[in-house]
Amino acid sequence: MGDPMKIRATAVGDSTEVKVLMSHEMESGQRKDAQGQTIPAWFIQVVTVTCNDKTVLSAQWGTAVSKNPFLSFKFKGGAKGDKITVTWTDSRGDTRTDVASVT
Amino acid sequence: MDENRRKVMQSGAGVTLLGLLAAAGWLEPARGADLGAQAWNRAAFDTHSVADAMHALGILDAKQSKDIAFVQTPEIAENGAVVPIGISSNIPKTESIAIVIDKNPNPLAAVFDVPAGTEPAISTRVKMAQTANIYAVVRADGKYYVATKEIKVTLGGCGG
Repeated sequence: MGDPMKIRATAVGDSTEVKVLMSHEMESGQRKDAQGQTIPAWFIQVVTVTCNDKTVLSAQWGTAVSKNPFLSFKFKGGAKGDKITVTWTDSRGDTRTDVASVT
Repeated sequence: MDENRRKVMQSGAGVTLLGLLAAAGWLEPARGADLGAQAWNRAAFDTHSVADAMHALGILDAKQSKDIAFVQTPEIAENGAVVPIGISSNIPKTESIAIVIDKNPNPLAAVFDVPAGTEPAISTRVKMAQTANIYAVVRADGKYYVATKEIKVTLGGCGG
């Protein structure tokens, strides 16, 4: 379990804009520690965003996505009060789900 | 004598097989993680060149397209660890958008699946090892399209 995500979903006209800020190290597997040992890769691999159980975006990520990943997109529909659920799974099998309402 | 030897040989082979199975089982947790939510395309993300990444994604031919735009993407990134990338596609029936960075150790950065109803425009932040070309690869109606943008990086984001 990582730290909570920040999710902001705003209804704009007939669309909903979703912005997500996740809290994750996104270790690339390229860096070395002070002893010169390679720090193993540790990163979010799969992200799924749903609006009331309908998938509105799914993504697969590699190590090149920045630390504390940011994601933003828009989808058609979505009304105030709809539930936006964001789930990620990382390369250690850890997973986290957070929910926000469209405002 | 001969018969005994054969038995030993057989059981020996059995042990080896068990060993292999155990080794395979030991590798399971890492693979299990991939299957946690949905398949993560390890073959594509583990590649080390743009050509291999494209091949692993099943892209044989991608047409240059002016209908793919980079939005809020800088010409020069001061910090390679955090480079904002926005990609929007005006191609009808856009199904997925992939970000490929040619000079990164693993060029494939991300693949976004865009279901119907979601605007084919996403923005995120990526790491860049050095000045490189970013390829925005769009799959629309089963065909592939690509747009390229060079981003100059003054400080790399991978070596640390």
